[in-house]
Order: sequence, then structure tokens, then C-alpha cells
Amino acid sequence: MIRTIAKQVKEYRNASLVTPLFMLLEVIMETMIPFLMASIIDDGVNAGDINHIYKIGGLMLVCALIGLCGGMLGGRFGAKASAGLAKNLRAAMFEHIQTFSFANIDKFSSAGLVTRLTTDVTNIQNAYQMILKMLMRAPASIICALVMAFMINAKLASIYLVAALLLGVALVFLVTHATKYFQQVFPKYDDLNASIEENVSAIRVVKAYVREDHETKKLNRASENIYKLFVKAEHNVIINGPLMQFTVYCCIILISWIGAKMIVSDSLTTGELMSLLTYCMNILSSLMMLSMIFVMVSMSVASVQRVCEVLDETPDLTDPDRPIMEVPDGSIRFENVDFSYHKGSKEYVLTNINLDIHSGETIGIIGGTGSAKTSLVNLISRLYDVSDGSVKVGGNDVRKYDMEMLRNQVAVVLQNNVLFSGTIYDNLRWGNKDATDEECQEACRLACADDFIRAFPDGYNTYIEQGGTNVSGGQKQRLCIARALLKNPKILILDDSTSAVDTATDARIRRAFREDIPNTTKLIIAQRISSVQDADRIIVMEEGRINGFGTHEELLASNEIYREVYESQTSGGGDFDEKAGE
Amino acid sequence: MPGPGSRPPRGSKPQVQNPGKLLARLMAYVFRDYKIHCIIVFILICCSVLANVQGTLFTKNLIDDYITPFLLTDNPDFGPLARAIGRVACFYALGVVSSYMYNRIMVQVTQGTLKNLRDDLFSHMETLPIKYFDTHAHGDIMSVYTNDIDTLRQMISQSIPQVINAAFTVISVFISMLILSVPLTIVTLIMVGVMLFCTAKATGLSGKYFRDQQTNLGKVNGYIEEMMKGQKVVKVFCHEEESIKEFTELNDALCLSADRANTYSSFLGPINAQLGNVSYVICAIVGGILALNGIGGLTLGGLASFLTFNKSFSMPINQVSQQFNAIIMAMAGADRIFRLMDENPETDDGYVTLVHAKEVNGKLTESDTRTGRWAWKHTHQADGSVDYKELKGDVVFDGVDFGYTDEKIVLHDIKLYATPGQKIAFVGSTGAGKTTITNLINRFYDIQDGKIRYDGINVNKIKKADLRRSLGIVLQDTHLFTGTVKENIRFGKLDATDEEVVAAAKLANADGFIRRLPQGYDTMLTGDGANLSQGQRQLLAIARAAIADPPVLILDEATSSIDTRTERIVQEGMDHLMAGRTTFVIAHRLSTVKNSDCIMVLEQGRIIERGTHDQLIEEKGRYYQLYTGNAIAS
Repeated sequence: MIRTIAKQVKEYRNASLVTPLFMLLEVIMETMIPFLMASIIDDGVNAGDINHIYKIGGLMLVCALIGLCGGMLGGRFGAKASAGLAKNLRAAMFEHIQTFSFANIDKFSSAGLVTRLTTDVTNIQNAYQMILKMLMRAPASIICALVMAFMINAKLASIYLVAALLLGVALVFLVTHATKYFQQVFPKYDDLNASIEENVSAIRVVKAYVREDHETKKLNRASENIYKLFVKAEHNVIINGPLMQFTVYCCIILISWIGAKMIVSDSLTTGELMSLLTYCMNILSSLMMLSMIFVMVSMSVASVQRVCEVLDETPDLTDPDRPIMEVPDGSIRFENVDFSYHKGSKEYVLTNINLDIHSGETIGIIGGTGSAKTSLVNLISRLYDVSDGSVKVGGNDVRKYDMEMLRNQVAVVLQNNVLFSGTIYDNLRWGNKDATDEECQEACRLACADDFIRAFPDGYNTYIEQGGTNVSGGQKQRLCIARALLKNPKILILDDSTSAVDTATDARIRRAFREDIPNTTKLIIAQRISSVQDADRIIVMEEGRINGFGTHEELLASNEIYREVYESQTSGGGDFDEKAGE
Repeated sequence: MPGPGSRPPRGSKPQVQNPGKLLARLMAYVFRDYKIHCIIVFILICCSVLANVQGTLFTKNLIDDYITPFLLTDNPDFGPLARAIGRVACFYALGVVSSYMYNRIMVQVTQGTLKNLRDDLFSHMETLPIKYFDTHAHGDIMSVYTNDIDTLRQMISQSIPQVINAAFTVISVFISMLILSVPLTIVTLIMVGVMLFCTAKATGLSGKYFRDQQTNLGKVNGYIEEMMKGQKVVKVFCHEEESIKEFTELNDALCLSADRANTYSSFLGPINAQLGNVSYVICAIVGGILALNGIGGLTLGGLASFLTFNKSFSMPINQVSQQFNAIIMAMAGADRIFRLMDENPETDDGYVTLVHAKEVNGKLTESDTRTGRWAWKHTHQADGSVDYKELKGDVVFDGVDFGYTDEKIVLHDIKLYATPGQKIAFVGSTGAGKTTITNLINRFYDIQDGKIRYDGINVNKIKKADLRRSLGIVLQDTHLFTGTVKENIRFGKLDATDEEVVAAAKLANADGFIRRLPQGYDTMLTGDGANLSQGQRQLLAIARAAIADPPVLILDEATSSIDTRTERIVQEGMDHLMAGRTTFVIAHRLSTVKNSDCIMVLEQGRIIERGTHDQLIEEKGRYYQLYTGNAIAS
């Protein structure tokens, strides 16, 4: 874990190293000053030597100046190192995530990745800055102050040593105790926020059922619980301050009493007593600082763990040593394919799949939810690797191709598709970044998107909002199809990509495919029978197996599931926006 | 949901206008429930500060009154010193106890205030109109609960007591300093002035970069969010390198501004600390000269005490100045919190209420117990007389115009009527306004013109809660709540018995799959029912509507996102539910449309055709086109 982080610090190693050194300089100066102050009082004021006051005062000013430089430079490099670490962590994670396979992404979920890249990195940045500046400074300050105190008077200084040790032990105890409570609180806190979020997104349901009061009461109970837990946890933390005060006061009283006696017996000077009292403050405030660092570090440990999980994740899929750089044609072959999302698991999502699809064929795929239609097509562009058997594209196993080249030749329009913020042109050029305006428009014509794009005031330069919220579902799907077409692929896979498009347009898109890109192999997953019935052949999926594979007429005659779906959709159970029967 | 483009654009977050006023409002809020607590905390802080000052003054006494005289006598009497130390020990004890107490009370005040804020925010949020949720990103609303309340915690629990503490320390130390030596006090004040000047400079500089940092952080976070959501698309399009390149640019800009912001803000500490030291040296030199020459009656002990005060004077000023950025940030949060609290809740001028009804001597009257019959209780405002009208489910739209904003009307002159038990279907393409019409019946939105009558009563006169209680609704995107299956169904009727829950589930065709769940009706659902399939979630939503047993139903039929077999089960559930009720259905299924009593064909916010299936087929208009699927192809 530490090694993973250390790798990201490397670029800022120098800044990270000099920060504690500068802080050390500041500490040394800070310790010198009370020592000099004692001299001012004893040898200057008491001895009536105004020159001595000038001399030592001047020295003190120099010390203050050096301390100032130390502090400022420490702050400067601390900021640089921690901001740099944050930058590197973000960049490393982001780049690493780009190498993730679908399986890796599924494991973390996109929301999980976002938190790791944002909140967790900020936590680490703050903690790192704190550690650089304080972890060295606080112990050094304690040690320096103790050394000085011992130099003045060993007997009195030992009071500090005892007090510092006792307080240290107490602080460690308190911090661990409080951390325990905080660890209980935070998950509860997340739950509370989750339930608020639930309410924000389901506000229509709440209002429709007039359950505002009910939900408010539910939340009140949850927030009451959090309140109690937080109060319990914080009651531990707040002992810190008064405890330290108590220790300081005890020391002052002891030192005053013993010191007074020692001065009378001539073994201590008044000035020395003053300095001792100042060191007392230094030692104890440094202890407080340490306890704060402990809390911060223990809170950021969780963040470090989460970030390391991402950085240490090994991508599932890798390119072969000597990849094939050309897909000869659009034929697809599944040979005894078994597939499971979990490595080593025998719970196959796909079982014993054998398929032979010729280049240029149009294949429809139909089947119930959970029948593994999407899993089937995801294997073709090697978004996942098979557990057993092999998937061949253009006669070669997909694992032998260069992945980037393969995915450019096998275009997938995903079920949950996403547009990105940017103009329509920007989005289309994801498919081919060198595409000309004409090529983009041609692709849109094929996908029946040209008309509605032209109807926008800004046409192809219309700005798409994040997540594509300013276009309708059907428009989004058509843009996504156009984007995939721009790849000029040998195989085109549509995963339920026209569900929000009306039947007539859907038919036009399919006709365009047939006429304009006849050599591309087309795989169309759909729920509507009309979307697949004119395909060359149709695959019927059922619980991860191929239940039937043939033409519309063949299946209608021989396949029970297909017939059932067909009848339910054409005899009054189907979609309204669909042509009723023949 | 409104169609595309109907939401007003989200504005950028405005700067905090009046931090002072906000702070006052926040304090008033804290005070509302914790008046006594606050007063006690205030007194305790004073005690602790006074004890501290007493302690510092003791150093002077120690040297002047005891040690110096001791040095002059041969056989000093330590008795008085012991007593003095005893006295100061009492002060110290008082200080420790009061600071412990006020910290402890502050925990309650802070956490209690946060709890109140959360509760108030939430209950206020629940009263806001749907429009608010349409026009505000859910992420923004959530960040009020998560980020903004969190920043307030720091500010209430630390900044405020520290400021009070500092103010008191400064005042009491200042008075003490004046007593000890006026000239030295002036020297100290000048140095504090220099300190404040430097602080203002450094805060100003770092503040500028902090704002840059926040902007850049927002950009980076936005980019991360978009890319992580679209990560699978990035993979499919091999867009990894481009996105790394774009990300690197944003990330480098963030790093630069974070570096600058933190650098300048970290200068503040050492500058002030060393200025404090300089102030100390100057006081020592000036004080030394004064003490040596005996000017102003300054004694050696006095100088020692003064030097300690010098430190205790500049320290709190330092601390407060370092809190300044935290306070400004918290105020930005408070601004967003109060802005949400100030949002106008849904207005409800309705006075017609829904009551249990029974028939006595052929006349409908109110009943205290559940009778299975309902009536609208209409209290006439003029003379206070009461009318009862049976709840039947008769809905009339009369020339209704509606727009999400006044400028852009999306529904024009909608006229329709539904007599009890009738089924009205809305068909038309996406964005034609089907969902919008159904949202007007339960008054999620208020209409611009025209009238909607329910059992002959203008819906504006009916209390919203009662209106909605009489309407059942099944939305297309199902939302479930964290809790058991049983609790989710019971959401429709809170006092439903287990038998009623099962009966509703059976009616909705949901009983079968629920029984197959690991814990049956007690299975926990989390994350909006993420462990259920789309179809199962819809069945639960139907059961939830069924248990409420409303006379009028609004259904949004699912499009083809679920497979045909599951869809058939869902449709059967819906059909059971629709039987005998006035139903408004946004239809996608042929059989639903065919069986409807009346079909409304909507296009661009207008009803362009209406009638039964056969009538409309006869007309050979838009419906005919949609039905035969020859709309554009031919």
C-alpha cells in the first residue's frame, strides 16, 4: 500500500524531503527564542545591561527571520508536494482505469470510481500536507523543548517529561477510542444520505401517495440515531483540550512552587523560570498537534486503501504478444463457448454456444431478460473473455487480435449508451476522429438522425449536455448508431438500440443497413419481433443457451418460444406503435 | 416528466451576497433550540478565559510578590506562597472544568443543530413542488445535505467557540496589559495591526487562488463523473488516449491552482508566528529600557507578565484570522442551505377534504370509521354550511392550457371527460405531452388556463393531500424505497394488515415472485430495488397502487424494456388493477388501446383526434397511421 503511494510521490520526492527539513529549521528557531528571552531578562534587565538587550534582541530578530523563512519554505514545498501527489494519484488512477476491462469496471461501479478519484484523493492530499509539515515538526519541537528545558534545569524539566508521557498515553487512548465510534458513525451517515437521495429521486412517488410526513418521520428517526452516535464519539474527542489544559496548569503550579524554592536557594534564575514556563506550552501544544495528526491519518487510511484498490487492480484483458492487425472479413464463429462473469465460477451465463455467422449476414437475436443476449455479443468485440471454447472473428480467435483494432472493426452500440458533453460533431467523431463533415452527415442519414439534427437551431453544432439530457431517448439512440457507423466496421452490433425509436423509423434504419452497408455483418438484439423478423437468420436465446437459430419462417414453424413471442406481439398483446400482423 | 428542452437551464452558483446577515441568521437558528445551552456556553467560556488570565497574572505575582521579596530575606516564609498557589489552583480547576463543560455542551449544540437542519431541510424539501426537482439537479440538492451541512459542523463546533474565546481573551488581556503598562500596550497594538495587515494580504492572495482551485476542482470532478459513467463507451470506441489527454490538461491546471492556494495560505502561519516573536522582542527591548530606568512604574515581574500577555494577545488574533477562510466557506454552504429552506413550498388553498362516508336516511354524512365509501366534504366559505359529495372518479378537463413556464405553453386547449369506471388512453409520439396531462390531474403542476374538475369540484379547491390520496399512480420508471418488500407495498396504505398486503400482491401478480425471494415478503430491498428485475419492480409498484385502492388510476405503461413474457404478467396485473376504476393510461400496448372507452391522440401538446378504436380507424387519420405503422414509410 505504502509502495503504491510512494510511487506517485516520486516526482515530488525533493519537495517532500525538504519540507520536514524546513519545518525542523522553524522548530529550532522557535526553541531558541525562549532561550534568548531568558538571557534578555537575566543578563540584560536584571544586570542592567542595555547593550546586552540590544545584542540578544538583534539575535532574536535574526532567529525570527530564519524561522520565518523556514516556515514559509516548508509551507511552499509542502503545498507543492501534496498538490503534486494529488495530481499524480488522479492521473495514475484515471490512466489505469482506461486499461480496465468491462469486468474491472463492473467490479468498482462508476460511482465508486468517481468517489475514489475525487473525495478520496482530496482526503489524501490534505493528510499528506499535514504529515509533511507536522509529523517531523511536532516530535522535533517536543524534543528540542525538552533538551532546552533539561539544559536549564534537569530537575524541573523532568516534570515535563513525566507530564508529556502521561498526556501522550492519554491522547493515544482517546484517539483510538474515538476512532472506534467514528467508524460506526460513518456508514450510518452514508445510509442517511442514501435515503435522502432516494427521496429526491422518488419525489413523485412520495407526493403521489401523500407520504411526505411518513418519509419525514422516517428520516427524523435516522437522524436522531446519527445525532446520538456523533455525540458519543465527540464526547471522547473533546476531552483532549481540557486534558491538555489540566496538564499545563499542573506543570505551571509545580514549577512555580519548586522553582520559587530553587530561586531562593540560588539554583535557578528568574529568567530561567520564565523560559521553562514557555517551553511547557511548546511541548504540550505539539502533543495536541500529534493527536490531531493521528485522527487525520486514521481517517485517510481508508481513502488510501480505496485508492490503492484501483491502482493495484490488474486489467483482465491484455493484448497478445504478436497481435494480428487486420480483420479479414465479418464472419463470426462461436466454438463450444462457455462464459461466466466470475473467474473460476462454474455458474455459466452462457453455456455451450456454437454459432457460425457468415460475413455480411443480418442476424436478429431475441430472448427474455436475463437470457444472456448482451453477454453473447459482448464476447465478439472481446469486452469479456470466454471461460471456455473460443470466439473467432474473420477466422481468427479474438484473443489473437490487437484489441483496439478489433474494437474498431467490431462496432457495438451498447444498451445503456452515453453521449458526452460537446457538439453533435464532437460526439460523432468518437467513431472516427478524422471524419469529414460530409461523412458524419452520411452516417446520420443512414441512422435516420439527419432530419432531426437539421431541425435543431444549431444543426450539427448543437451542444449536447452531459449525459445527453437535451435530446430524447430515440434521438440519443440514433446518434449512438451513427457514431458507431462512422467506424466503418466489418461487424455492427446493435444491443436493443432502437427500443425508443418508433417502428417506422426503425424499419427505415434497417432498410438503410441492408442497402448501404451490405457487406457489414449486422447483429440486432431486440424485444420487438418486427425488428428482427426480416433478418437473414434469427437466434432465440433462452437461459444462456441457443434455443433456436433459423429464418423467421423456420422458427415460426419449429420454435415454441419464438412462436409464443410472435403471437403475443401480433394478436393484441404487442406494442401499439407496431404494425398489427401482416 | 417534461419533454426535452422544457427545463430552464441551471444557473451557475452565485457568490455569497451578505455573509454577515447569513451568519446572524445561522446564529439565530442555533439559538432557536439551544438558547439556554448557548448562554451557559457563553458563561463557561468567560470563566475559562478569566481563569486563564488569572493564571497568567499569577506569574507576575509569583515574581514580584514572592520570589523577589524572598531573595531579600534570609529565612523566607513559604506559607503565603502556598496559599497563593492554592488560590490559583482553584482558578485553574475552574478553567479546566468550564472548558470541559462548554466543549461537551457544544457537541450537543452542534450535532443537535445539524440534526435540526437536516430534519428541517428534509421536511421542507418534501413540501416543495415537483417543479423544483425538475429545475434543480439532484446532485446539487444532495450536496446541500452532504457537503454544506458538513462544513457547518466544523464552523459551529470550532470556529464559533474559538471566536468567542478569542474575543474574550483579547479583551481581558488587553485590559490587563493596560493596567501593567500603557506604552507597551501601544507597541503591542501596532504590531497586531501589522499582523492583521499581513493576514489580510495573504488571505486575499490565497482566496483568489482558492477560488481558482474550486473552479478547477469542479471541472475535474465533472469530467471524471462524465467519463466514469461513459467508461464502457470509451472502451468500445478506443477513446482512452484522447480522454487521458483531456484529463491531464484539466488535472495539471488543478494542480497548479491547488499548489498556489495552499502555498499562500500556509504562509499565513509562519508570518504571524514570527511577527508575534518580533512583537515580543520589541516589547522586551522597550520594556527593558522602561524597567531599567523605572519609567511608568514597570517592574521586572510586570515586564515578565506583560511579555506573556503579549503572546496571549497575538495568539487568538492569529487563530481567528486562520479561521477566516473556513468561515467564508461555511457561509457559502449556509447560503445554499437557507436558499433551499426559503424555496416556496407547494401552495395549497384547497378546503375540500376527503372523508369516510356513510349513508344515513338516504343522505351522505361523515363517518369516523372506515366504511369503504368516501365523500368530498365541501365547507362553504360564505356561511360555513357543509356539503357532502360522493367520491366517484369523474374527471373533466375544460380548455386547459399548460406550460412549465408561462412563456412556453406545451399543452393547448385540452378538453376531455371521463365518467366513473371509464378507461381513457393517451397515445402519441415521445414528447407529445401524454405524461404532462396526467401530471395535471394530481396537481403536480398548476395549469395556466382552463379548469380541471373532479366529481364536479374544481381541483384547485381540493386539498392537495386529499386529491392525491384519491388517485393511484404507477409511473414508468419505478422507484422503490430501502426497506422490506412488505414495507414497500404498505407504502400505499400505511395501516394495511399483512393479509391486505398479500391480497394486493396477488392482485398485481406479484405474489408469485415475492414468495420465491429468499425472505419472501420480508426481503430487504436496497438501492431502489437494485436486486430485482425491471419487471418485478413494476409488479411491486402495481401492488403498491392496488393496496391504496383509489377510485382513479393513472398508469404509465412500460415500453419494451422488459421481455414479452414478463410483460404479459405485468400487463395482467395492470388489467386487474384497472377493472372498475376510472383510468388514465399512457398506452403503448395494443390491447390496452383497443379496450379503452376513449382514445386521445396527442401531437405537439394538442389532442388531434379522439374516439374509440373503431371510430378512429374509420377516420383514417393520425391514429390510423400509427396503428398500421405506415406513418412515414408510406
